[in-house]
Formats: sequence, structure tokens, C-alpha cells
Amino acid sequence: MSSITSAKVLKPIGTAGSLFAFGLDVGRGLFRRPFQLREFIQQAWFIASVTIVPTALVAIPFGAVIALQVGGLIKQFGAQSFVGSASVLAVVREAGPIATALLVAGAGGSAIAADLGARKIREELDAMMVLGIDPIQRLVVPRVLAAMLVSVFLNGLVSVVGVAGGYVFNVILQHGTPGAYLASFTALAQMADVWQGLVKALIFGLIAAIVAAYKGMNAGGGPKGVGDAVNESVVITFLLLFIVNFVLTAIYFQLVPSKTG
Amino acid sequence: MGVDIAIEGLTKSFGKQLIWGDVTLTIPAGEICVMLGPSGTGKSVLLKTLIGLIKPERGSVFIEGTDICNCSERELYEIRKLFGVLFQDGAMFGSMNLFDNVAFPLREHTKKSETEIRNIVMEKMDLVGLVGMETKLPGEISGGMRKRAGIARGLVLDPEIVLFDEPDSGLDPVRVAFLNQLIVDLNAQIDATFLIVTHDINSTRTVPDNIGLLYHKHLAMFGPREMLLSSEEPVVRQFLNAQRVGPIGMSEEKDADQLAAEKDMDLPPLPPIPLQLEPSNGIPRRSQRPPGEWCRENGVTPPPGSFQPDAVLAGGA
Repeated sequence: MSSITSAKVLKPIGTAGSLFAFGLDVGRGLFRRPFQLREFIQQAWFIASVTIVPTALVAIPFGAVIALQVGGLIKQFGAQSFVGSASVLAVVREAGPIATALLVAGAGGSAIAADLGARKIREELDAMMVLGIDPIQRLVVPRVLAAMLVSVFLNGLVSVVGVAGGYVFNVILQHGTPGAYLASFTALAQMADVWQGLVKALIFGLIAAIVAAYKGMNAGGGPKGVGDAVNESVVITFLLLFIVNFVLTAIYFQLVPSKTG
Repeated sequence: MGVDIAIEGLTKSFGKQLIWGDVTLTIPAGEICVMLGPSGTGKSVLLKTLIGLIKPERGSVFIEGTDICNCSERELYEIRKLFGVLFQDGAMFGSMNLFDNVAFPLREHTKKSETEIRNIVMEKMDLVGLVGMETKLPGEISGGMRKRAGIARGLVLDPEIVLFDEPDSGLDPVRVAFLNQLIVDLNAQIDATFLIVTHDINSTRTVPDNIGLLYHKHLAMFGPREMLLSSEEPVVRQFLNAQRVGPIGMSEEKDADQLAAEKDMDLPPLPPIPLQLEPSNGIPRRSQRPPGEWCRENGVTPPPGSFQPDAVLAGGA
């Protein structure tokens, strides 16, 4: 009886361990030649094509909400001249990487998990291994790199669209002054914020693709198994991304002092 | 030339459920073997263990001196180049057309030019009768065609060992007959070691040189075809002749009551052993033995009517 309970308790640890081992395998596969350039470009294009439009559409209201919230609040403090700065800070530091992460996990990751899961249950992955080709090197590595690349670009897209959206809402709806919005950009925000946004996006892309590939390659039990794998991969990725985001933010504040005034 | 596969004390279980235990046999080089067994006895699992896709708990599989079950990943990928495998549904890569599918192993593993690749691929496509279908995607063709394309892909690297996972499931009898002839012809041509996993009795009676039977979590019997086809062993006899009377029930084993009820029933006589399928060019295969040789050498009287030319048709009944 006790062995059954302990097995149940230890199971998540085993899963976490094999996910990590899978990540290491992918890391090793990165340096194995030949690099699958064609697959990489195809996948990057594919992930970009399923994420660009939703990302842009998410970024506009995201920037607008921040502008509305911050705009209302900051007016009460009588610090309207800092609206632009606060908006940039929120979008570039947090909203950019998080929106990117959600879309890369939700649109890109689910597509990767579904694709690899379908290949798994059709025995394509087995066939590939039997033909002497490592699916991690052939299929997973290009997908992981593609997801990382696209994440970085999406992060840039969210930042630009979010800040522009914030500008439109602040200036048109809240009657802020365009000059003040633009001039205060660098009052609180600094270059390091952009870099940390990019690094976050890079890491989120990595996590999303690795979790999706792991879940896809371990799908089992027919078509339902693929559906479950996609579902689990999205949920697990979301959980991981928010935790990692918190940790990265905490580290960033320790490393880079906030700009004052 | 074909290499032999030495399996020693192989044991595999999933969780607490034992699939099969202590399987020991040697699949002789260059011969055609069939592995039989009721549904769910782990025939496909055995096949996947032989190519290192599934790791057994105990035991070893030696191919050219390498133990598949306990070797490094790198060695495994090397040794797999000796294999050609046909999966149940062909396992074609869905994103590529048939030509690219068949050319895939060549492009990944050899430095051949596109013209050479084209020649080899077309030769194999011709072998399985798929010329003219090269540009079709796997989703656009029938299951039988996918199986044949799978064979073509398995053969492009000139394998030493060819494994077939249920080549005849889901095919009509005519296609099965063609496929069996194709298997025999291929063996005559490339002399590789063939292992077929199936539960099609008709094919089993006419195609292989050796037959193995997996039953009740162990290897019940493995040996030359005439040995099994003339065997009085209840399990072998029941399975090879597709009868209800015998130790195998609907769910794995029959219980004591059922067996007691059958005790007095007369077993139907063994049907005659059919002639083995010959290569279509009439030249006997290297591993083929003359009909009745094993029975004569071992003093076994084959069932009446065996090895008659017309027994080929009667055998399947």
C-alpha cells in the first residue's frame, strides 16, 4: 500500500526529471551536425505565420489597458508627464515577454505538440529512429531554435505595437499631450529593460518548444492521446512560463538598479 | 548476405504486467521466419525490442556481436542501418510524397547524387509495383499501397535484416497473395534475414522456412515449418489450424471447466502440409529446403496428402 502511495507522490518528480533530461538531449542535439537548416526555416516561417496576427491583435488592447490604468492613476498623483514612461516600462518589461509567451505557447507550442504527437502515433518517429535518424536532432532542435527566434521577434512586435497603442489611447482618449508621452520615454525606462525583455522572450520560446516537443513525442494511446498531449503541453508551458517570469524579474531587479528620475 | 539474430532470455513487462518472459531463439541468417501468436501476446513488442525501440528488463539480442539491449545510443543508430522495417501502417512521413519518403534514407545516410538516388528509388518502386505514384502523398493512397511503399523504403539501404510488422493485416486476399510472393522473391533476390510478425494462418503455412509461436507470455515453440505444421502439441496444433478446440480461449486461456468439457472431443485430423511458396522465377532460394526433408530426417510422418501440388490451395482451409 505504502509503495503505491509513494509511487504516486514521486511520479511528478519523475516526469519533471525526464522533461529535464529531454531538454539536455535537445541541448546536445544542437551541436550535432548536419544542422537541419531547411527544417529550421520552414518551422520558423510556420510558427511566425500562426503567431504574428494574434500577437499584434493582443498587443493593441494590452497597451491600451495599461495606458488607461496608468493614465487614470497617474493623473490622481498629478504626474501626467510620466504616463509615457510608465507605459513603456510596463509594456517592454512585462507585457511584451508575457504576451509573446502566451502566444508562442498557445499557437506555436500547440502546433508543435500536435504535429509531433501525430507523427508519434503514426509510428513515423519509430520509423525515423529505425532508419538511423535521431528525431531530436532532425525534428526537435530546428523547432526549438525556430520558436526562440520567433519569440524574440514577437517580443519586439508586442513592444512596438503596445507602446503605439498606449500612445493612441493616451493622446486621443485621455487627452494627454503627445510631447509629454514621447519625452518621458526615457525618464524611467532604460536600455537594459529592452535587453531583459529579449532574454525573457528567448527563454520563454525555449521552454514552450521543449515542453511541446516533449509532450508530443511522448503522446500515446491513439488520437485522444495527441489531444491530451496538446492540452497538457499548453497548460504546463503556461505554468512554467509564469514561474520563470517571476524568477527572471526578481533576478533582473537584483542585477540592474532601477533608474531614478 | 543476411545476419542472424541471437535472442537470449528476453523478458519484458509493462508495469506489473508481464508481456513475455525468457524468450530464447536464434533467427537463422538469410531465412524467412514467421512469429505467430494470438492477438495481444506482444508480437509487435518483440519486433520493436529487436530494433532497440523498446528496452527489455532482462536478456539480450545479439546482432553481429553487438547487444542491442545494452549498447550505446551511437552503436544502436549504427546497427539500425542493417535493418529494413515495415511498420503496420507503413509509417510513411505524412509531409513528404512517396518518392521523397523512399529517398529519405538515401539522402540522410549516403552521399549519392540525385540521379543515383532517383535510379535506386525507381527500382524499388518498380519492385513493389508503385511506379507512377511517386508524387502522391501518403494520405492520398490506400492502406495497401502505403504498406508497399513502406517495403520500398525499408529496402533502399540494402538491409541485412528485414522485419515485417503484420504485412497482411487489412489487405484483401489477392493483395496478400501478391505480397507473400513479393516477400519470397525479395528473399531470393537479396538473401537478407526476414522476420514476419502476423496472425494470418494461410501465409504462415506457405511462406516461411521457420515458424515461432508466442503464447501465454512465453515462446511456445520455434523451429522449421514442417516441425510446427506436423506438431501434435495442443497449442501449436490449435493455432496453426485455427480451431476452437484446444487450450487457447477467447480471452487468453480457457478455464478448467471448459477444458474438461472438451476432453472427450476428437481433435480434427491435421490438415496436409502445403508446399512452400517458390520464388516466381522458379529458382529455389538459398535457404529453401526440399519438401518433406525435415519430416524424413526426424522420423515424423507428415499428415496424409502433404506436399502435393494442390495442397497449396487446400492448406488454407
